[in-house]
Amino acid sequence: MLTLTHFLVLSAIIFSISLAGVFINRKNVIILLMCVELMLLAVNTNFIAFSYFLNDTAGQVFVFFILTVAAAEAAIGLAILVVLFRNKRTINVEELDTLKG
Amino acid sequence: METIVFYVFSAFMILSALMVVTVHNPVRAAFFLVLTFFSSAAVWLLLEAEFLAVILIIVYVGAVMVLFLFVVMMLDINLAELKKGFVRNLPFAIIVALAMFTMIFMVVGSEQFGIDKFAIPERHASDYSNVSALGQVLYTDYVYSFEIAAVILLVGIVAAISLTLRRRPNTRHQKIEEQVALKSADRLRVVKVDAQARKYSLAKKTTGSEGEK
Repeated sequence: MLTLTHFLVLSAIIFSISLAGVFINRKNVIILLMCVELMLLAVNTNFIAFSYFLNDTAGQVFVFFILTVAAAEAAIGLAILVVLFRNKRTINVEELDTLKG
Repeated sequence: METIVFYVFSAFMILSALMVVTVHNPVRAAFFLVLTFFSSAAVWLLLEAEFLAVILIIVYVGAVMVLFLFVVMMLDINLAELKKGFVRNLPFAIIVALAMFTMIFMVVGSEQFGIDKFAIPERHASDYSNVSALGQVLYTDYVYSFEIAAVILLVGIVAAISLTLRRRPNTRHQKIEEQVALKSADRLRVVKVDAQARKYSLAKKTTGSEGEK
């Protein structure tokens, strides 16, 4: 007997775990990118659960576009990471202070 | 039966997500992320999103995670340096995660989205095609968004290549345009040499002309 709450709670757990991951891996940009991917996965699970329980395909179309954007985002993020490592020899977030932000 | 499948794959999903954020080696984190994607694809199959479950495995596990693994293995990272502050940030992270989960749970709990609010829909018949249902709306109602998504992918390709492309001036490689534009006069030099009579005397032989040699 699977209700909508089952799936929503599951994605809430995944989202919270990835949020905790952002905090404990504050220095490693690669793990940070992976946490962002996990968050997107949780959001997509929400979308698909609502799409199934409301019997509406629009949610799945949304997930389709989110997957597209997330793939482009991962590719560009990793490209930036490679260029960053080539120039600074580090991916530690705390040492990336060239912009003095 | 479905409940058992759901709980098994959710347990896999939560445990591997926990491993992603806690494991020390980024390569292992990437592999646990692959496991998370696989089990979430199984959960999506339970929700009758077959096309997206397959896409998740093909695009995410097949392309994005391989890209992650490439980058992780290519970079020479000092792991010990990156793991500093792990223990110090851990209590704060747990508090934030619990607070976040509690807040989301208060919203999505069974009072708002329980079985009395959202009845369990009937399963589709076995000849129902999720791919064609998705394609029907994707190419009609959402066709402009679909084309924008294609442009976004194109921009992603161009950006990734132009960011990582580098020219190293000291490497030797072919310059095709110069090779094609080359004239024979650039390479071959015709030297005009005057005809000379041979000198047989021993005294003159040491100072023989250059043209004879």
